Amino acid sequence: MVEQALFSLGYFLPEIILVVTLCVIIAADLFTTRRDVPGYLLLTGLVTAAAALVWQGVSNEAIFFNMIAVDPFALFFKILLLVTTGFVVLFSLQSAELKAYKSRSGEYYMLLTGMLLGMFLMVGSTHLLMMFLALELTSISSYVLAGFTKNNLKSSEASVKYIIYGAVSSGIMLYGITLLIGAAGTADIFLINEALQAGAGTPLLLNIAILMILVGFGFKIAVVPFHFWAPDVYEGAPVTITAYLSVASKMAAFVLLIRFFTLSFTDPGAGFGSGTWELLPGINWNLLGGGMAAMAMIVGNLTALRQDNIKRMLAYSSIAHAGYLLMGVVILTGQGLVSVLIYFVIYLFMNLGAFYVVMLFSDKFGVLSIENYKGLGHRAPFEGMAMTLFLVSLTGIPPTGGFVAKLYIFGAAISAGWIWLVVIAGVTTIISLFYYVRVVRNMFLFTPEESADKVIFGMGSKIILLLLIIPVLLLGIYFSPLIEWAATSLNMLGM
Amino acid sequence: MEFEIFGFGILTWIVFIPILGLIVLLLLPDKNSNAIRWTAAIATGIQLILAGIIFALFDRTKTGINDAESFQFVEQFSWITVDAVPWVGRIEINYFLGLDGLSVLMVILTSLIGFIGVISSWNIEKMVKGYFALYLLLVTGMMGVFVALDFFLFFIFWEVMLLPMYFLIGIWGGPRREYAAIKFFLYTFVGGILMLLTMLALYFSVAYTDPATGQSVHTFNILHMMNPANYVEGGLLSGVDTTWRYVAWMALFINFAIKIPLFPFHTWLPDAHVEAPTPISVILAGVLLKLGTYGLLRINFPIFPDATVYFIYFMAALGMISIIYGAFCAMAQDDFKKLIAYSSISHMGIVVLGIAALNTQGMVGGVLQMFNHGIITAVLFLAVGVLYDRTHTRGLYDFGGIANQMPKYTGIAMIGMFAALGLPGLNGFVSELFSFLGAFEAYRWITIVSVTGIIITAAYILWTVQRVFLGKTPDKLSTLEDLTPREILSFLPLIILIILLGIYPGPAIELMNSSLSHLVEFVNTGGR
Repeated sequence: MVEQALFSLGYFLPEIILVVTLCVIIAADLFTTRRDVPGYLLLTGLVTAAAALVWQGVSNEAIFFNMIAVDPFALFFKILLLVTTGFVVLFSLQSAELKAYKSRSGEYYMLLTGMLLGMFLMVGSTHLLMMFLALELTSISSYVLAGFTKNNLKSSEASVKYIIYGAVSSGIMLYGITLLIGAAGTADIFLINEALQAGAGTPLLLNIAILMILVGFGFKIAVVPFHFWAPDVYEGAPVTITAYLSVASKMAAFVLLIRFFTLSFTDPGAGFGSGTWELLPGINWNLLGGGMAAMAMIVGNLTALRQDNIKRMLAYSSIAHAGYLLMGVVILTGQGLVSVLIYFVIYLFMNLGAFYVVMLFSDKFGVLSIENYKGLGHRAPFEGMAMTLFLVSLTGIPPTGGFVAKLYIFGAAISAGWIWLVVIAGVTTIISLFYYVRVVRNMFLFTPEESADKVIFGMGSKIILLLLIIPVLLLGIYFSPLIEWAATSLNMLGM
Repeated sequence: MEFEIFGFGILTWIVFIPILGLIVLLLLPDKNSNAIRWTAAIATGIQLILAGIIFALFDRTKTGINDAESFQFVEQFSWITVDAVPWVGRIEINYFLGLDGLSVLMVILTSLIGFIGVISSWNIEKMVKGYFALYLLLVTGMMGVFVALDFFLFFIFWEVMLLPMYFLIGIWGGPRREYAAIKFFLYTFVGGILMLLTMLALYFSVAYTDPATGQSVHTFNILHMMNPANYVEGGLLSGVDTTWRYVAWMALFINFAIKIPLFPFHTWLPDAHVEAPTPISVILAGVLLKLGTYGLLRINFPIFPDATVYFIYFMAALGMISIIYGAFCAMAQDDFKKLIAYSSISHMGIVVLGIAALNTQGMVGGVLQMFNHGIITAVLFLAVGVLYDRTHTRGLYDFGGIANQMPKYTGIAMIGMFAALGLPGLNGFVSELFSFLGAFEAYRWITIVSVTGIIITAAYILWTVQRVFLGKTPDKLSTLEDLTPREILSFLPLIILIILLGIYPGPAIELMNSSLSHLVEFVNTGGR
């Protein structure tokens, strides 16, 4: 017992560092009034955690009595989560929106750390109880963060909506989890798999349980029809948090979904290539998932067309991207999952980049409406070009990373024979061109009024933008290391 | 053929010289417009010189098309290689460039039109740096498509053209530029997605056996895709005359038909032309449209010979409709630029009809017509640009008696007009004749109907000549000045080619003859 715990602690170092960081931030907040100290503390924590991850290296262990897996798959996403959080902290340090609440900045970074810790646990958990706890830790931190700018009515509204939706879907999911535990007699997903192979549970019970669990996941990854919270929350929350929700929280939920469904419902002997959740008779789950992906692509892209608030537009665009990602998951081949991994790496940079420019423009010019973007490309050429690049990449036009991401997802779906889904994905990609290009058009095709001068942004923001631009361009031209990394990282404990 | 400069082959240089120019240009200060212009002119000028070297060294007897050995100036490096990793398998994407008789003429055309475009852009004053940066990027994209032999590379170059073109029309265009720019973007992007999906389907259906390791490797290599033996058992596009092959052919065809543009995918063209600034219209009509027919010949014909033969009547019929419809539309225009835009649709229809004949005559005529049309429309759009610069109108009824005011201009523009009309002795006649001769052997009635398009063409061109150049000069036009030396410089090479190729088309035909006969044979025998 003690031995197992001690053994596990060795593999738990990054998480421990995050917990320490969290405590330090709370303590530091008591002693300093400087707004940016907690931010730099968190950055230090992130770097230390990254160092710990590197020191720990690649391993394939189950720790804390099969509660958490430390495997290449989790490692991959932990690195992505650290990079995302790092960027978001850098954004937050510059955000004018958050400056108004500087006395509470300790709270902000503390919650951010808590959310990150929750997501670290999410990507590794192999036990239903752990899964749910990690999910809730993440969710509750994000509810508070969404309402952080509390003098802004929209932000408060966002927070309340988020809590209500989140509570309901968590409740349903928890109910599903209890049914599954009841049927299988255990909460450890490896044992659930064994129990199911031995024929535990009736198909009706299992299907109801899975359907309920799927509601919870659907909420977190914001796919249709569980997406209604996303636009309001994305619009109301501070830009930095919106960026974080749209990348990190979606990523962690996807990992959890992939791990849970793959480990529980496929025969581990068959590997990732089996193509079905064969232990779940009754409903055609592939088709249901494919339908959800298709709906997310259609609804997300069509609704984005009519948005004027750029945060709302990006919210719907991220629903659409969840659809593309889900397409990679539901085809249930190893190739599909590898392309999901590739997609996330590229999505991280391009989506964070787009939100960063949104933040810069909203702080400097006070604009969030796409109509008011007119002429901004002439007033801030570098930022405008950067935004163009990110939006073009989100559309999926070469030579940007977004194209490679789409290429692999589409390719995996074609090779798995899901032609109808790929055709929908292709058509919706064409639709997406409209709303992405509308922003570009407004920035560059209209000349600003005579009185409007050029605006110079600071060196810091230019460096951050470059850090985002370079990967987006580079991954569009040379991507073999990324593919190798993603392919070797698709290595889950127990498969 | 080996020809290297600093370790890189000549094709790499000709494709990426504009990118070098672009980098230099971005380092120049915004204010120094002349240095920016000269940089662009030098970059495209070097391209033109390289094209001249290619013309001199090109071996006219080699066939190319499906045989990697007989391509010239070949450069092949592995670009993306992933050795058999789990789940994904081995991935190989090559940086593979090469020339054969089909592409060599297009490379020459692109470098020529690219250079002339820069000269005629000299008087652009708005955001000079941005303009030339985008222009050079566009030229790289066009050149790249013509020399790429790897489908992935081909696709990248194809899509790289989208964004520069969107901005060039959208920022420097006329009053309705936004609408025209997004329409162009949208049409081409739809085609791009169709091509992307087909490309992926082809990728998963084709695998060649690596001679070194004996592994079976999926590939984007266009030449491997032409070999029926490389199709894997049970692949989506494997087999002959299957429904999926027809679907794939159609998807690619629509993509290329949008670029050509063939009826009914042509509606973006008049808008784009009317709104685009003169040099961009020249590029658009001179080179961009040829990408469509080039794509048909490079990809549709040899990769899907079965589907090509199956759909060939359909293609010829669309060519016929474009010829007639484009000519009638041109006749109805009272905007000079729109008239030429519609005449482009009509003339590109002749290309499609020619290559659809699937015999050497028609094919040679079609490809020659691509080159000739590129030169002729460049002259015509430049001519409209000259008038528009001076009068700020393009209405055909606003002009008259220009011949009295601008004799040099009238002489040059008339040569262009008569070449478009197909007057014997000028280059348009030769290629149209070959196209129709070839087509007549294959489709009697379609060709007979199509030839009436020539009569309509003669009608609208003569009518235009009469309205613009002849008659009495209105008072407001009495102060027009004749061509400046810079303008004459931009016209001169084109006019020389029009006359030269009209009298002696031999050098151009020699370049492509063996490749095209091989292509015809290859398609007619179903790729065996």
